[in-house]
Amino acid sequence: MAANESNEQVSQAQLLAEAAEAVPTRQASLWGDAWRRLVRNRLALIGMLIVIMLAVMAIFAPLIAPYGESEVIHPDLVLVEPSWYFPMGVDQNGRDVFSRMMFGARVSLVVGVVAQLIVLAIALPVGSISGYFGGRVDNFLMRAVDVVYAIPQLLLVLLIVNLRGPGMANIFLAIGLTGWVTMARLIRGQMLSIREQDYVKASRVAGAGPLYIIMRHMLPNSMTPIIVALTFGIPVAIFIEAALSFVGVGIRPPQASWGQMVGIGQQYIRSVQHLMLFPSIAIALTMLAFTFLGDGLRDALDVRLND
Amino acid sequence: MISFIIRRLLWFVPTILAVSIVTFALIQATPGSPFQPEGANNLRPEDIERIEKQYGLDKPVPVQYANYMWRAVQGDFGESYVRRTQKVGDTIRRTFPISFHLGVMALTFAAIGGVILGVLAAVNQNGVMDYFSVSLAVLFYSVPNFVLAILLILAFVFWIPGWTGWEFFNVGGWETPRDWILPTIALGAGPLAIIARYTRSSMIDVIRSDYVRTARAKGLAERKVIVKHVLKNALIPVVTLLGPLLAALATGSFFVEQVFAIPGMGKFFVESMRAKDQPMILAVVLIYGVFLALMNLVVDLAYGAIDPRIRLN
Repeated sequence: MAANESNEQVSQAQLLAEAAEAVPTRQASLWGDAWRRLVRNRLALIGMLIVIMLAVMAIFAPLIAPYGESEVIHPDLVLVEPSWYFPMGVDQNGRDVFSRMMFGARVSLVVGVVAQLIVLAIALPVGSISGYFGGRVDNFLMRAVDVVYAIPQLLLVLLIVNLRGPGMANIFLAIGLTGWVTMARLIRGQMLSIREQDYVKASRVAGAGPLYIIMRHMLPNSMTPIIVALTFGIPVAIFIEAALSFVGVGIRPPQASWGQMVGIGQQYIRSVQHLMLFPSIAIALTMLAFTFLGDGLRDALDVRLND
Repeated sequence: MISFIIRRLLWFVPTILAVSIVTFALIQATPGSPFQPEGANNLRPEDIERIEKQYGLDKPVPVQYANYMWRAVQGDFGESYVRRTQKVGDTIRRTFPISFHLGVMALTFAAIGGVILGVLAAVNQNGVMDYFSVSLAVLFYSVPNFVLAILLILAFVFWIPGWTGWEFFNVGGWETPRDWILPTIALGAGPLAIIARYTRSSMIDVIRSDYVRTARAKGLAERKVIVKHVLKNALIPVVTLLGPLLAALATGSFFVEQVFAIPGMGKFFVESMRAKDQPMILAVVLIYGVFLALMNLVVDLAYGAIDPRIRLN
C-alpha cells in the first residue's frame, strides 16, 4: 500500500506536469484521469482482467460450455479424475465439472451485482434523506441503521433465508436487506459534508427544492466513494452466496453454484478431491480479483473510506 | 469516566432488545408449522393443535416473546422441535464451550500473527518483508474461511502426505490438540489479515510523529523506539477492531466447524437451519447477539480506559 502511495505521489506529480502542458489542448476529466491511474495499477488491471474473463464465461456459458449445466454424460461415468476430455473431471452424478463451473460463474456474478443494486436502492434514499434533512429525521433513520448494524450480516442473512427458503431471489433479498446500512451511513456522511458547500447554499437560495439539489448537486458529487463501496460490496455478496450454498441453504441443485459444488464435493473428499478443488479456487480467485479492483479504484478515485 | 460507562451501558439495552425482537419476529414469520416440515410426517390437524398448545404456540406473539425471553434469561431455551427429547439449553451448554475454545485460539493466532506481520511490514516499509506481509494479508483477507479450510485439508491431509508420507492431520474431528491446528488457522486467517493491515498503517502514522523523531534524536535504540514508543501507541486503535473481528469469528465458526466436523455451536446452528429447528436457531442467534453486544461494550469501555481522548466525546 505504501508502494501505491509513493507511486501515486509520483504519478500525481507526473499528472500535474502533464496537465500543465496539456491545459490548452486537453480537458482533463475526473473519469479520464481515474481510468488512466487505474490501468497503470498492475494489480487492479489483473483484477479487472479476471472479472472480465468471468463475465464472458458467465454470459456465454450456454454457448461455450462443452456440456449442459445438468447434462449427465453417461450414468456410469461418475467421479472421474480430470483428464483431456474432462479438464476438471466428472462429478458424482456424471456431469462435467468444467461446464458446471461456467454456469456457476453466472450465479456468483449475478448475486454480486444484483445484491449491490438492491443495497443501492435502499441506501440511496435513506442516506440522502438522512444527510440532507438532518435533525429528527436523521436521528430516527440512523438509530434504525444502528440496530441493523448491531447484528452480524451473515446471521441476519441466514435468518431471512430461513424465513424465505432457498433460491436465488431470496439470496438477493437477504443480502440487500441486510447490506444497505454501511452504504447508507457512507452516503449520509457525504451528503452532510456537501450540504454545507457554498454552491449548494447558492442553489437553495436560488429556490431549488430538496429533490433537485440532491439529484443535481449532492449525488453526482458523492459518486466516487459510492462506486468504490459498491465494488467492495460485490465480493462480500459473492462470499455470502457461496457460504449459504456451501452449507446447503443457498442455491439448490441441479442449478450449479460454486459454493454448493464445494459443499457437495466435501462428501466425497476421501475418494476424490478435484470436486472441491476447482470451485474453491474459483471462489478464492474471484474474491481476490474484486479486492484488487476495489483497492485500485479506491486509489485511482482517491477516496478515503472510514470503515 | 462514570458518565461514559453509564452512557455505554444504556446503549446495551436497546441493542439486545432489537436483536431479540428482530430475531423473534423473523422466526415467527417463517411459514409452515415446524411439526410438518414439507409434509414429512402427516399429523392430523387436531394433533398439531395439541402439540402447538403444549409448546405455547397458540398464544399471541408478544406474549410468546415475553415468555420466551423470561425463560431464556434463566437459561431455558425450550425444547428442540427436531430432537423432541432434547433441551436446547443442554445442547448449547455442550457445544458453546467448544466454539468458544476455537474462537479464543483463532483470536490469539490472529492477534499475535497480525501484530507481528503488521510491525514487520511497517518497520521495513516498501521493503521485501513489507510486500510479503501485505500480499499475505490481501490473500488471507480475500479468501473466505471455508475455502481456506478446504484448501488446508486438501494440502495437509491429502497432497503433502501423498508426496512425503508425512501423515499428521486428520480430515476433521476435535479429539486431540492436533485437530485444533487447521481449524484455528482457517478461522483466524481473515482476522489476522485485518489486524496486520491495521497495525501496519497505524504504525506508519505513529512512526512519522514528532515524539518518535525526538526519541530517535536523543539516541534511543531503534528497537526501543519501535517497541516502547511506536507500538504502544499504534496498538490503541487496533483495539477497536475487536468488535467486528469477534463477529467475524462467531459467524465464521458456522462454516469452519462444518468443514472440520467440529461438534460446536456453529455446526449445530447450520444443522438446525437445514432442519428448520426454530428453537435452536433462535437460541443460537440470541446467544451470539448478546455475546457480541457484550463484547462490544467491553471493547468500548476498554478503549475508553486506554485512550482518555475517547471519553470526552
